[in-house]
Amino acid sequence: MRGLSLHRSWRLLLIVALLAAAILLPLGQKNYFIYVLTSWLIFTIAAMGLNLTLGYAGQISLAQASFMALGAYTTALMTLAGWHWLVSLPVGLTLCFVVGLVLGYPALRVKGHFLAFVTLAFNTLVFLVLRNEEWLTGGTYGLSGMPRPEFGSFSTDKQLPFYYFTLGVTVLAALGLWAIVRSPWGRAFKALRENPIRAESLGVDTRRFTLLAFAIGSAYGGLAGALVTPLVQFIEPGSFGLAHSLRILLMVVVGGAGYFFGPFIGAAVVILLPEVLRFTEGYYLIIYSALVIVMLVFVPSGLIGIFGKLRARFWPRRQVRADMAEGARLP
Amino acid sequence: MKRHRNRFSVDWEDKVGRSKNYSGLLLAALIALPVGSVSAQTANTVKLGMVGELSGAGAPSGTNWRDGARLAVTEVNAAGGILGKKVEMPEYDTQTDPQVSRALVQKAIDEGVVAIIGTVYSGSTLVNMLVAKQNSIPQFVGSEAPTIVERGNPFVYRTSSGAQKGVPALTPYFKDTLKAKKVGVAWVNNEFGRGGRNVFIAEMKKAGIDVIIDVPSEQAQTDYAADVAKLKSANPDAVFVYMNQEESARFLIEAKKQTLPMPLVGEVTLTEAKVIELAGPAAEGAIAHVGVTATATEVPGIAAFAKSFEETFKRKPTHDAIKGYVGVWSTKYVMDMVGKTDGEAFSKKMKGLCLKVADHPKILLDTCWDDRGEMSRPSFMVQVKGGSPVVIGAVPAN
Amino acid sequence: MSQFLQVLLSGLATGAVYALVAIGFTLVWQAAQTVNFAQGEFVMVPAFFVLIGMHWLGLSFWISLLFGLVVSIVLLGLVFKKLIVEPILPHGGITLIIATMALGILLKESAKEFYGAEAQPFPALFPGDPINLFGAAVSLRDLLNLGISLGVVVLLTLFLNRTRTGRCMQATAQNPGVAEILGVDVKRMVLYTFLINAALAALASFLITPVYLAKFSNGETLGLIAFIAAIVGGFNQIRGALVGGLLIGVLDNLTATYVTAQYRAALPLVLLIAIILVRPQGLVGTSEGRAV
Repeated sequence: MRGLSLHRSWRLLLIVALLAAAILLPLGQKNYFIYVLTSWLIFTIAAMGLNLTLGYAGQISLAQASFMALGAYTTALMTLAGWHWLVSLPVGLTLCFVVGLVLGYPALRVKGHFLAFVTLAFNTLVFLVLRNEEWLTGGTYGLSGMPRPEFGSFSTDKQLPFYYFTLGVTVLAALGLWAIVRSPWGRAFKALRENPIRAESLGVDTRRFTLLAFAIGSAYGGLAGALVTPLVQFIEPGSFGLAHSLRILLMVVVGGAGYFFGPFIGAAVVILLPEVLRFTEGYYLIIYSALVIVMLVFVPSGLIGIFGKLRARFWPRRQVRADMAEGARLP
Repeated sequence: MKRHRNRFSVDWEDKVGRSKNYSGLLLAALIALPVGSVSAQTANTVKLGMVGELSGAGAPSGTNWRDGARLAVTEVNAAGGILGKKVEMPEYDTQTDPQVSRALVQKAIDEGVVAIIGTVYSGSTLVNMLVAKQNSIPQFVGSEAPTIVERGNPFVYRTSSGAQKGVPALTPYFKDTLKAKKVGVAWVNNEFGRGGRNVFIAEMKKAGIDVIIDVPSEQAQTDYAADVAKLKSANPDAVFVYMNQEESARFLIEAKKQTLPMPLVGEVTLTEAKVIELAGPAAEGAIAHVGVTATATEVPGIAAFAKSFEETFKRKPTHDAIKGYVGVWSTKYVMDMVGKTDGEAFSKKMKGLCLKVADHPKILLDTCWDDRGEMSRPSFMVQVKGGSPVVIGAVPAN
Repeated sequence: MSQFLQVLLSGLATGAVYALVAIGFTLVWQAAQTVNFAQGEFVMVPAFFVLIGMHWLGLSFWISLLFGLVVSIVLLGLVFKKLIVEPILPHGGITLIIATMALGILLKESAKEFYGAEAQPFPALFPGDPINLFGAAVSLRDLLNLGISLGVVVLLTLFLNRTRTGRCMQATAQNPGVAEILGVDVKRMVLYTFLINAALAALASFLITPVYLAKFSNGETLGLIAFIAAIVGGFNQIRGALVGGLLIGVLDNLTATYVTAQYRAALPLVLLIAIILVRPQGLVGTSEGRAV
């Protein structure tokens, strides 16, 4: 236990240091850099939600970008109609949550990877509705001119304040997820992941928890979407296609599915990789996807898993994952 | 000079001051970001930012656009550059993603480009032109959706006529040449296709021609059996086909199979070399109005362009290649006229500007821009005969 | 009436190709618990192998087809099984599914970067000239697509039921543990399924590419439709994939003609949800003996 609490205080220190870095990093940088940082945070939120579905509940969702679309369009329509962003937010989140339930209910009734197929096909439906229902969504031309939110005298019109606004939302979202993961619910999720059959035999209603995890994860997608709208101030159906859903899924996997900080790392890798691999010109996606496959062969637990492996090798007495111990402690 | 354009960053830099600024940079360096390494713009070069669809669904258009632009940059440099300075053209791949394109236009501007060359896909242009506008950077685009020039953006200029200019040029052909009473329209349901289709329907209404069947199809659709069957049983006098390249080819193949009897008339794409290559004999007889075509080799500038493009890239240029080429050359001509790289002055000069081939040969055809950035120039009616597009008539600038 | 017949026949011809892709998907799903999300790309790529044979190696069209088939079987069958499925499967089904998604991106981007982003023409195996059938235009190609798919189903069923190897493969799919005890070379049988899948994908590729044209993005919708066809038909039966494929082909065309062209692409989702709610084992599937 002593090792564990030591580990915790180190982690706390690390979090504080990273947060300080996130606050200081954009100062004096160019717009593009701040923009990249902001979209990193937004994709992190989307990936955090998917991490709940994939990493904790063990289900593949290929529709995270579609849920972003639901959140983005709800926010766009409501803020354009004069409502405050804060009012539109719960509406968007509720919509995503409910759609998640409706979509997940049939898909999770049957065993197998049906949620993956249903969400895959759902991407198309969302795209079609956004494109075809021009009266509501602006069709292929999309919606533009959405205002950025103001909070009293704090206006997010400029890039840097908007970044801090996004950072604040991200921290709140992370805290929310932390609470979920730490709650009895969250422990049930983990029990589910480690051993679904045992969890079921212990009286955990696996289907209900999986469904809830998916719906909450989808609502996080909606939250990310609600931030995309004021960031880009222009949304159109093509920005929320299957390729983006896949991109978010790979963020979760690359960072480390089931690890709380996995999405932060995964999103950073996916957002920054084109910058790092610029010299390869068009080949960076080839290199990236090949690297992902290699990683899945050798370290399926992602980049955090690599740290964990290294740590386990050099400090073998420590827990590789504190949450695993808790998973095993479940009643 | 660049700094005052970055509206967003200015006052923050002032407020925050240099010391904190430094810590930010340090942290950036710590995580080894290749950002902030903006090369100071040397006095001897002029940078144009090629922002295009080099990957993703738009890659065929984007790469042609880029290659046309590359060829132009080589030629411009051989002709002494812009304002006597060497032209550099960094390239930015939007992955055919509007949001990425927006970020990249911002990045290009951060890196000190004086004009944006791109994008081709209307969906992207509609997003990223806002950034160029905020920074007063002139932007030549290859997009044809009507809305682009309808948003009061004085910094965006077309390199080919928008659908609202190109499609009406077809009306006399339907009305007088084909003497059509009822027509059908088959279109690809994206912002490109919808724009053209809406203009076409309005035009037909004005001309008193009935549109009796309206068939939308998906981008990247492969199976056109149902689309063609519907057109066949509605039996209009002619069909207006408004799709991207491969979709046009697949449509033509299915139309031939079901022996669709009426003339198929398109705008730009339907008779392009690539479509003919893909559709093979199924393209025979297809008719299109083309704003500018590499096959119009009786125009000396276009013939010379097509020749050096083929020599450089070992393939035939498409109209996207011509657009990219014209975009770079127009930038050069106008900047040389203005005498500086200032965006506001550029924008002022562009209003109602006409470039004649006699004075500016590389513009290829006499070209005018109106005060919204819409362009007009003479165009052609083309028909596929014996496996290649043949000019069957000229259409004056409208 | 002739319009209905036209749409029906065209739908059957397209559906036959969906069926081929769905069959391979089903086989691999059963034998190795591998849900291959790169299945659409497996159909896109073989056409490029043929084009490489023709344009880079200077082979004749028919030799190139053979070349494409062999390369597909080696790369999409053997190499896929050995380098991706075997090492990743022990990490769990989800990890493997994600790896196949990454593989899909890899194949798509590779085709684009190494061959070209533009669509390429692809020579036809059979003449596409129309034959008039009660007012509907049908090409020899359509009829052969249908005939070949039916033939493949018959041959595969015969192979699986009548030959020793086939029965061993079935035993492996149903219960690899028991099959192993009974002396079946399980690893070899699983490998066979992968090789057959690759061959079917190549065949589908050669049949559709003359009309669909060779393009890197062709796998995107095809993969989804094949999954849904397999699920709708019932994925513990080969003929289920056939039924599912034909059904989707026909319904897609009927929807586009008579219901809505703007929402035709939503059909797979509607079918999928309907089948899960009403008959999760699929139209011709049986509820027992389900491998997944």
